[in-house]
Amino acid sequence: MKKTGAQILCESLVTEGVEVIFGILGGAILPIYDAFSQYPQIRRILVRHEQAAAHAADAYARVTHRVGVCVATSGPGATNLVTGIANAYMDSSAMVAITGQVARPFIGKDAFQETDITGITLPITKHNYSVSDAAELAKIVKEAFHIASTRRPGPVLIDIPRDVQQEEVEFVYPEKIDLPGYKLVSRGHSVQIRKAARLINEAERPVIIAGRGVIISQAYAELQELAEKAQIPVVNTLLGIGSFPGQHKLYFGMMGMHGMACANMAVQHADLILAIGMRFDDRATGNTKGFAPHAQIVHIDIDPAEIGKNIPVDVPIVGDVKSVVKAINREVKHGQHLDWLLQLGEWKQEHPSLEARKDGALLPQYVIRHIFEATQGDATVVTGIGQNQMWAAQHFVYTRPNSLVSSGGLGTMGFELPAAIGAKVGRSEDVVWCIAGDGGLQMTIHELATITQENLAIKIAVINNGFLGMVRQWQELFYGRRYVDTKLWNPDFTKIAEAYSIPGIRVNRTEDIAPAIEKAMDYPGAFLIDFVVEPEENVYPMVPPGKSLSQTLQMPKREVASSCSRRRH
Amino acid sequence: MEDKPGVLTRVASLFRRRGFNIQSLAVGHSEQPGLSRMTIVVSGDSAVVEQIRKQLDKLINVIRVSDITGEHIVARELSLIKVKATTSTRNEIMQIVDVFRANVVDVGSDSLTVEVTGDENKVNSLFELLRSFGIKELARTGTVALTRGGIS
Repeated sequence: MKKTGAQILCESLVTEGVEVIFGILGGAILPIYDAFSQYPQIRRILVRHEQAAAHAADAYARVTHRVGVCVATSGPGATNLVTGIANAYMDSSAMVAITGQVARPFIGKDAFQETDITGITLPITKHNYSVSDAAELAKIVKEAFHIASTRRPGPVLIDIPRDVQQEEVEFVYPEKIDLPGYKLVSRGHSVQIRKAARLINEAERPVIIAGRGVIISQAYAELQELAEKAQIPVVNTLLGIGSFPGQHKLYFGMMGMHGMACANMAVQHADLILAIGMRFDDRATGNTKGFAPHAQIVHIDIDPAEIGKNIPVDVPIVGDVKSVVKAINREVKHGQHLDWLLQLGEWKQEHPSLEARKDGALLPQYVIRHIFEATQGDATVVTGIGQNQMWAAQHFVYTRPNSLVSSGGLGTMGFELPAAIGAKVGRSEDVVWCIAGDGGLQMTIHELATITQENLAIKIAVINNGFLGMVRQWQELFYGRRYVDTKLWNPDFTKIAEAYSIPGIRVNRTEDIAPAIEKAMDYPGAFLIDFVVEPEENVYPMVPPGKSLSQTLQMPKREVASSCSRRRH
Repeated sequence: MEDKPGVLTRVASLFRRRGFNIQSLAVGHSEQPGLSRMTIVVSGDSAVVEQIRKQLDKLINVIRVSDITGEHIVARELSLIKVKATTSTRNEIMQIVDVFRANVVDVGSDSLTVEVTGDENKVNSLFELLRSFGIKELARTGTVALTRGGIS
């Protein structure tokens, strides 16, 4: 049967099981949006800016383990997606981005709203396509979904000229995929697996570093079995949080620049590191020269290019985390490591990294803890970037698998609100808490409109310290306290929320934190709490930039209360 | 790699983005229809070369990547050298060209254009010898290479 390119796209999306798309339209994507009217089974979330469409699709993919789809028009629509695509690329998120393009005869003529989006996104997509013939569209969509969701997931962009969307051709959805340059790898090499198991059985001070690969592979049970069977302590990278139960006695928290002191010490004293589904990002490793100096390293990752990229590895295992860990579990003996675990327990006692002072100041740490208390971990937490993100990573106990959504690799301010939209759409039954920075929130604050229009009951906690907080912290510690352009004048966020028909309250006192959170949770719809927190509170522990994990700074014993007066509006 | 639009850009973009150094690059059809063979000469230690190989392998349009550094290979490049030639130097130049089993492919009133094929050393040596006569123009391809023997 003959169909237009636009219909073929819709048919293909339906066949791929797409239930929702995030987007905003414009001239060059109009035929596709027009065709959407014939496909009511595809829910459309109309965002206010394309960046939000990409972040929402990214977060939707993370929480559902499906492919997130975002749609934008040509030119500025497409370029506005770029930050979101880069974010998805850095964090290995399965996403398909569909952009309109000017009609084929206008390509290369600098036509109105023409931009070379495949050229622009070349280094930030796993692959991209420029569709030159409607007859190829179905095949391209099938390939795009396959590439986005398999191996190491990532974003794939499909650029479709307007006349291709209107062109009528015979529609057949291909059954097979023919990608000779893209082979699936799943099982690790059996020799390497045995070698890894032997090292585990012989190790005295082993540590598991679990990354986002465990979550992508949904290898929660396998990881827990390995840790419990061989009694190996587990630490996480930022994006690995939610791969292992946060309340487990073998769990020692996040490692890295703002990791727990005991987690960093564990890594630095280990004789064996099992790096599972992680890529030795510099924020996790600190200075690589001093990283885990006593350890042999087993690195399990599905992407061969990650192995040996940043850290030399003793036993490389390329494969899907779930199948590799399962295979290792068969070879691993029941272990003890009592002394080692005792030692870690002592370090945890000696370095209580999560201590916050109790002088009555409204500290952001307490906000996060109260949100945990109120939810008991039964929530999806979406964060912004910087201090709010680190406090959310540190002070919430992630008891549920895959319950933290955060921008790790790219560190995109403004991620929080659109990502919360994607998370809520993907997990409608779930409580979704958006932990926003006052700076980041204002980068995508327009998405409050999307939240109201789509009736999404997202709970927003603004950690409002009136600064671009993490940058201010660096200025304080490393730039002689010269606060150049980090101080923010902020609007009244509760009034902004009110203008978008979202109720909001402001909290200035510690004793008001819990009641405010309770009120937000009880309210049936979206709710915003503006927590006016201590302006110059710092995130500790901290590994100063360029230093090794052995040089983790704890919170100064008596951090002097800030000399700046608390802001009042 | 697949012979599709934009594939060369994908490879070039990868090298630029990751800071890998290309010494030379040559691309053309392979023995299989629809597939091109690209020969890239890169500099770097074994870890760098390994990264380059793995990153290239991740490109969807790249079918196979082989590092043939340590293997028995045939490697050739081609140069066209337009060298200044007067009646008094012409014979001398042609003798040098003969020794290198190169060819004179164009003769002008004050120049000769020499075509030379060989490995990088041979091309460099000829170029150095001709330099004293005065080089007017030089065009040089990248290296193409195949492994020796029956298996690839």
